[in-house]
Amino acid sequence: MNLVRVCDDECKGCAICVSVCPKGCLAMSGELNAKGYEYVSFIENSPCTACGLCFLSCPEPSALTVCRIKEES
Amino acid sequence: MNETIAYKKPTSLYETFDRKGSGETCTHYCPGCGHGTIQKLIAEAIDSLGIQDRTIFLSPVGCAVFAYYYYDTGNIQCSHGRAPAVATGVKRTRKDAVVISYQGDGDLAGIGMTEIMHAANRGEHITVFFVNNAIYGMTGGQMAPTTPLGLKTLTTPFGRDYGRDGRPIGMAEVMNALVSPVYIERCSVSNPKDLLRTRKAITKALENQIEGKGFSFVEILSPCPTNWRMTPVDARHWIDTEMSRLFPVGLLRDTEETGLCAPHCVPWMDDSQLLAFLEGKKDPVIETGARVPGGTQRIQIAGFGGQGVLSAGELLATCGMNSSLSVTWLPSYGPEMRGGSAHVSVILSDEPVGSPLVERPDVLLAMSTPALDHFEPLMAPGGLVITNSSIVNRPLRRSDLHHVAIPATTMAKEENLVSAANVVMIASYILISRIFDLDTLRRCIPMVLRKKDLLKKNIALVDKAATYVQEYL
Repeated sequence: MNLVRVCDDECKGCAICVSVCPKGCLAMSGELNAKGYEYVSFIENSPCTACGLCFLSCPEPSALTVCRIKEES
Repeated sequence: MNETIAYKKPTSLYETFDRKGSGETCTHYCPGCGHGTIQKLIAEAIDSLGIQDRTIFLSPVGCAVFAYYYYDTGNIQCSHGRAPAVATGVKRTRKDAVVISYQGDGDLAGIGMTEIMHAANRGEHITVFFVNNAIYGMTGGQMAPTTPLGLKTLTTPFGRDYGRDGRPIGMAEVMNALVSPVYIERCSVSNPKDLLRTRKAITKALENQIEGKGFSFVEILSPCPTNWRMTPVDARHWIDTEMSRLFPVGLLRDTEETGLCAPHCVPWMDDSQLLAFLEGKKDPVIETGARVPGGTQRIQIAGFGGQGVLSAGELLATCGMNSSLSVTWLPSYGPEMRGGSAHVSVILSDEPVGSPLVERPDVLLAMSTPALDHFEPLMAPGGLVITNSSIVNRPLRRSDLHHVAIPATTMAKEENLVSAANVVMIASYILISRIFDLDTLRRCIPMVLRKKDLLKKNIALVDKAATYVQEYL
């Protein structure tokens, strides 16, 4: 189970990450951030593979951080 | 639970981007801009190649003009279109640097077409990232050299027409017409597959430079949703469906051969070797006894064209170089070879010189009356003015300046060498300021003098000037 951390105020709402995610893990939040953009949000418990496509295609350097989570055995 | 970070902001980007006050972390780019994506990929490559400390990033004019606020590397912001020329200079003087010329289509294919063509043709060991969004972005969406036919822009309101506006230029293909580049690829950031390919191309283009292979050119199709008047997602779709038909993505060249600009083509002489070359000797004498008044002398030499004004500056600068000083020589002259006004700024300093401009001269060598009229008011308080009293026959208007009048042209005429009045002026300055020994001047004259048969007469004039100045003082 992996996840994408979204820094709400860094997002400009371009929705490119939403369009490139192969697993549909990201969606527009419906909320506006401090700069007035509708930011994206990570859908809890969605099947993120930490492939990084959202991060690589996002134009903002620090809007998204992709985390890989390993369950401890 | 064990959490590791798979992707985060590259470390070669600054923590904050302090263009408008401190603490800002967003870029200045519009939502969905391709620049942000491409610059992140470049930053990632800089990180992974471990070259942050030796990367010099050249920002263009255009939307990416502020890249120096983002990259925590060496940065230079270049005049419009001139980045490949700047890159040439930087790379040839800093061979260990990784030089990135980042340019848009207006910058590279419009105003800067000359610079990119010749840098590529010389096979400079640099990496060029050419961001093609088919429009002038920063200035508000005018037609660029890369604008597709039919596309409506601010300056082609009815669509680009080939008869009126010419056809779009495929820069990757133009580069491919030259022999020298070692790597040419066109990529796109419009979809995941092409994005990953762009990422690879960026890394390869930088590796080529690190390995000293030669000139690498990566064209990247990039969306401009704002000026294309599309949503960011639609803009990427438009690249895939329309723009990439005009500019097909793909590898155009990847050669194993090394590019032209071989290591021996770049300057290899150090200061002493350069002096030896100029002096024609194996072991040059570099003096260290120069006494620069105040540490820095800003000298203006001015007169008519043909009086040897520029050579006088060259002579003085050469004396400075021979005395281990930092020097600059900045000529200014009209199109006339004779009779127009000419002046030259020379700075001699114990410290590195930041700018060659002399706005408030400490010293003026005025060889004509108009030259004195022009520069006297600009002199720094307490400055030294040496006039050529054979031609300039008025006293100074300012009382705070030191004035020495030397009949330079008359003395030169007496030696049947009227063109050497400049040597008299320089000799007088050196004698009055005691900045160098006269032997330094005698030794440097042959390096600057083009007519070698006149050497004896020039040296004789130096002695004559010395006698005159000693009597005068």
